[in-house]
Formats: sequence, C-alpha cells, structure tokens
Amino acid sequence: MSKVVALTGNEAAAEALRQINPDVIAAYPITPQTELMHKYAEFVANGKVDTEMILVESEHSAMSATIGASAAGARAMTATSSQGLALMWEVVNIAASLRLPIVMPVINRAISGPINIHCDHSDTMGCRDTGWIQLFSEDSQEVYDNCCMAVRIAEHPDVLTPVMVNFDGFIISHTMERLEILEDNEVKNFVGTYDPKYYLLNTKNPVSIGPLDLQDYYFEHRRSQEYGLQNSVKVISDVAKKYAVLSGRNYGFIEKFMMDDAEVAIICLGSTAGTVKSTVKKLREMGKKVGLIKIRVYRPFPNEELIEALKNVKAVAVFDRSYGFGNVGGPLFIEVRAGLFGAGISPKDILVSSYIYGLGGRDITERHIAGVYYDLFDNIKAGKVKKMQNYINLRGEDSPEIIYNVDTSLVSKS
Amino acid sequence: MATLKELSSKPELFASGHRACAGCLAAVGIHEVLRATNKDVVVGFATGCMEVISTIFPYTSWEIPYIHIAFENAAAVVSGAEAAYRAFKKKGKIDKDINFIAFGGDGGTYDIGLQSLSGAMERGHNMLYVCYNNQAYMNTGVQRSSATPFAANTATDPTGKASFGKKQFPKDLTEIMVAHGIPYVAQAAVHHWKDVTAKVEKALSIKGPKFINLLAPCTLGWKFNAEEGLEISRLAADTCIWPLYEVENGVYKLSYKPKERKPVIEWFEGQGRFKHLLKTDEGRKLVEEYQVEIDKKWNRLVSLSEKK
Repeated sequence: MSKVVALTGNEAAAEALRQINPDVIAAYPITPQTELMHKYAEFVANGKVDTEMILVESEHSAMSATIGASAAGARAMTATSSQGLALMWEVVNIAASLRLPIVMPVINRAISGPINIHCDHSDTMGCRDTGWIQLFSEDSQEVYDNCCMAVRIAEHPDVLTPVMVNFDGFIISHTMERLEILEDNEVKNFVGTYDPKYYLLNTKNPVSIGPLDLQDYYFEHRRSQEYGLQNSVKVISDVAKKYAVLSGRNYGFIEKFMMDDAEVAIICLGSTAGTVKSTVKKLREMGKKVGLIKIRVYRPFPNEELIEALKNVKAVAVFDRSYGFGNVGGPLFIEVRAGLFGAGISPKDILVSSYIYGLGGRDITERHIAGVYYDLFDNIKAGKVKKMQNYINLRGEDSPEIIYNVDTSLVSKS
Repeated sequence: MATLKELSSKPELFASGHRACAGCLAAVGIHEVLRATNKDVVVGFATGCMEVISTIFPYTSWEIPYIHIAFENAAAVVSGAEAAYRAFKKKGKIDKDINFIAFGGDGGTYDIGLQSLSGAMERGHNMLYVCYNNQAYMNTGVQRSSATPFAANTATDPTGKASFGKKQFPKDLTEIMVAHGIPYVAQAAVHHWKDVTAKVEKALSIKGPKFINLLAPCTLGWKFNAEEGLEISRLAADTCIWPLYEVENGVYKLSYKPKERKPVIEWFEGQGRFKHLLKTDEGRKLVEEYQVEIDKKWNRLVSLSEKK
C-alpha cells in the first residue's frame, strides 16, 4: 500500500535507496547531492539498513569503489553532481564497459567554470556517450520511482548496464513535495536480489576483470555494450509496466501532455516540464493548441516515440539546459533534429528551433515559456524558423517573454 | 615461515606465459607476494607494466580473481571489493576468509594513485597494498616519477649539456605510509625472497590496512643486462639506498643490516641510467651529494630502529 509523504528530491532518493538497501554505497560530498548522503548516513547510523558505506576521499574513488564492490558481486551505488561527475568521468565509462549494474542518482548542477552550484544539465550531458542509461525526473515522485525502477533495469541479465537517475539540483533536490512511497517490503520484493554470474568474491571460479583489450577485440566489446542499451528498451518498458501494477503510476520513455491536437510543442527534460505544463494549461484556456513532450529516458534515446508524438505538430521548440558549444543547439536539440531527419521529416514539415535556458540555475517562468509558444506560432505564420538559436532570460539576447495580465491570463508580447 | 621447498610446491597463482620482458623482476615480485599467501586471494591492479603483461584478452595469467580498472584507483577499487566482502559476511552470504591485495607500480602509487591509496589506508580497509617499485614509468617508456632516484637519466628528465637527469631525490613513500599510522608498513626488495615472504605473511596476518614498498629493478629502464637484476637489487640494500625494514604499529625494525656498507657508487656502476655520473668531475660530485643524503637517511633509520 502506498503512503503519502512530504520529501525533498534528495530525501525521496534516500528513501528509495533505504528501501532497496544496497550492499555497498560509496559517497563523497558535493552540493547539491550532500543531503541525500546525509540522510543515508543517518539510516546507516541508526541501523535502518545494513549497507557498508565507504566514505571515500573523492568522486573518482567513489565510482572506483562502487565498481570494485559491484564487480565483487554486490549491489552497489553512489550519487554525485557536477564536478564530482566530471572527476569520475574516466571510471563512469569503465563501469558501463564492464557491464556493472550500478545505479547512480545524479543531482544535476552546472559545470565549472565559472563555478556555480545551481541546476543545469551540463554534468550529465558530459556523460551522454559513456554507455549509461540516463533517466530524468520531473519531481520528487519521479525521483523515487526512477530509483526503484533503475535497479531492475540495470540488473536485468539482458541489460547489465548502469543507470543514472537525474534530477535537477535545488529545484527538485531541495524542494519539499508531496509524493507517494511504497511499503518497504513492496520495494524489497520488486527489486529482488542481485545474482551476478561472474564476480570476484567467487574464488572457486576466478575471473579476470578488465584485461588489456587491443585491436583484435576492443571494437567487439564496445559494440556489445550497445546490445545492452538496445535490450534495455524492452526492459525499461516491462519494468515500468510491473511498477505501474504496484504503484498505479505509469511511465513511458516520454510523457505527452496535451499533445493530441497540439499544433506546437516544447520538448524538454527534468523539472522544467512542470512549469511548461502549467503554462500549457493557461494557453489552452485561451484556445491555443499547445503541448509538451517530456523526455524521461534520454539514453537509450526514444526516437520512435518522439517522432510518433510529433507527427501532427507544425512547430517545435527544443529546450536545452546545457550548451553545445560550436554548433546550433544543445545536445537534446541535435538529437531531436537528427531523429526527425532520420524519419524522413524535413525541416519544412516541422519547424524546429533551439532554446537554451536555465544555465547555472537561471530562472525560467511561465512568461518565458508562453513567449516560446508565441514564437512557434509566429514561425508557422512565416512558414519558416525565424530564429534558430534562441536564449531564454539571458542578458544581451532577445528573450521570449509574455506579460501577464492581472487575472494571470497570458495576453500580450512584451 | 614456509621453506623454499614448501613455497615452490604451492600451486601457481600467477601463471607463466605472460609477456613480461626477459629479466623482469616486477613479475618475480608478484610471484613472491602470491606464494606467501595461504588463503583465497582477490587481486586488484593499477594500470602499468604488470597489468599490461599479465592479461590480454582472451588470455590471462591470473589463476585467482583479478580486477584492473584504471591507473590511479587500485586502492579504491579493492576497498570496494573488500566492503562488498564485509557486506556479504554480515549477511551470511560468504564464510571463507579472503585476502585482498592491491598492486600498483610506483607511478600508480607514488604519483597518480597516492590519493586513493591514502584514502583506503586512512579508512582502514582490511587489505594489503604492494607497490612494485621500478622507479619510473616503465610501461610508457621510462619517464620520471616521484620514485625515480636523484640524477637518473629518464625520457622526461634526460641528461644533456644542461642537465644531469632528475633534480630531486625520490619521495619517501614508505615514511608517508608510516605517517598514516597503519598497523604494518614495510620496505622490501625482490632479491631477498625470504624477507619478502616473511613480510607478506606477517602483513596478511594483521587485520587492517598494510603497505609494502617492493623494489623491483627494471632491465629496460635502469639499463642493465637481463641477468643482472637480482644483483642490482642486492646492491641497493648493501649500499643502503634501499634499506629493508618494517614498521609494525609504529615500531621500526631493520630487516637487513649490511655487515659492511658499500659506497653508493657501486650501485650506480651497474646501471646505464647513471653512467653520466661516472664520467665527469661534476658527476662524481653528485655521487658524493648522493652518499651524504643516503647516509643521513640510513642513520635516521638505524636510530629509529634502535629505539624501543
């Protein structure tokens, strides 16, 4: 039976981890991840879990110790943000290459420099090609649910690929929200036990993990990682179905919000989806056919679902909370455009434009989002994308923004 | 301690057929360490010579569980495996005793891996870390490390008209490990198999973090003939350039005290990496400087080991 609680995103993740009760957790503090590990350390100190917690001296060692524990046969986790993820990047790759089913909450924060502790997605986007499955969460509920599902996805024998559970630093990690959590035994039964085929502590069947791998096999081994990600498509979907039976909450690769008759759409990741949804509701009241596509599973990238969702849309804005220096748009924009092209949809069929926003925690409000929808309608009227690269709420750039009337309906362009 | 006969009849944990150079003494060091184990062993390795020569997919020399992840993190990886073991023990999922041994070269230990080593030792994991010390980055082509001796010729600090080689004396990692206050720290050299065996046996009988710095001369980087390595190792101990000693719970003990200390120049003479020191007056002055430094260190060690 579900229980209603009020938790921050960090606490929601800690609660899920407590119920999963992994064998080993390695932790190193970094803002805004710290609270998660404080909470977990309390669980350890109070005997609520029987996890061996390794309080390492860096994130590089956090991931290295997590790899060592996972390869030894344990269910092992760590969590990090920003510079921590950047520091461990070397070994993040190796975790995936060894097909170790590690689950790691990543509390998204801007990458230095300049140094900044607030939310954007540059940290996890820097790990896009490391071979991990990347889930994004809109709110604390999704943080909790994604953590529970991540374990089963990662450990599925057809997948054996590590999973990052992303959620926005401060915006989700430090905001108290209402959510429903499952009973301890429900989570315990749902995640089951981890029974690896080969592991270091099985000294009767010794294996060499991480051998030198040169021209004659490296390529095949890299290719085999891709099978894990390909197989994860079915597993992510199956796990979501099973989880829905238990929790009553359904999760797809993407979430479509008011997309059935939408003429224009925004595509985004993470907490911004919540702000877009409330804006969509207001614009719908004004009769504007607007919608949202939220991407929950970023790796493997849900091309088919996305193309299907976009088939009747005339103009779309892709929101990136990270930079793609030296090209148009951030990583999500590039993925979406490549997906559309691959599906034979030309830039004339759907007018796609890029919006970079929210770097270093810069605010984004309904006024900005409404402005983007107005841009999209303008593009349709003009029959072309009037401005390809846009920035939201940035000095020196013409930011989309619509001014509210006193009754909070959206009325005019600034 | 086991006899040589007993040791030689033990099953081979590190199989022959690997790709080490002829005369490689780091490989000998691994044999010596593993022969001294009496329980199941899990080995973690830093990137380096011995990692490269002992595996190449689909082949491995390891008859025991082995893991290699990267260059700077062998201690962290093994601390994770050891934590997993403790978790399994607590849950009753495993009952046998396992020894955890991490290996790294001097590059992976003195330099890039120092942080993860320090962290693992400070946290108190029940593991033995063995640094097979060949005094430079031999795997990548003899670049200087912080373990490289003063005045040695290396690829990144070469001798030339304006340079006599490495400008600094090596970092004293053994003492850094002593400063961690861990229960057992030792310095050993491959020529003295009996001493290595005794030290590994003792280390593995102690619970908690242990560190052994094992000198392993390198035919390629030190520039000597393949058959001469053990003699050069012996000379390192006889000149007191590499004293054999141990520190158990803070108590120093010399494992070997040469009857007659040989001058350091005898160690240099056998190695091509020091040949420039022997040709000029300037070089001979550096040798004298070297002798002073070694005397100082040796005297300190002798006085520490006499304290009770």
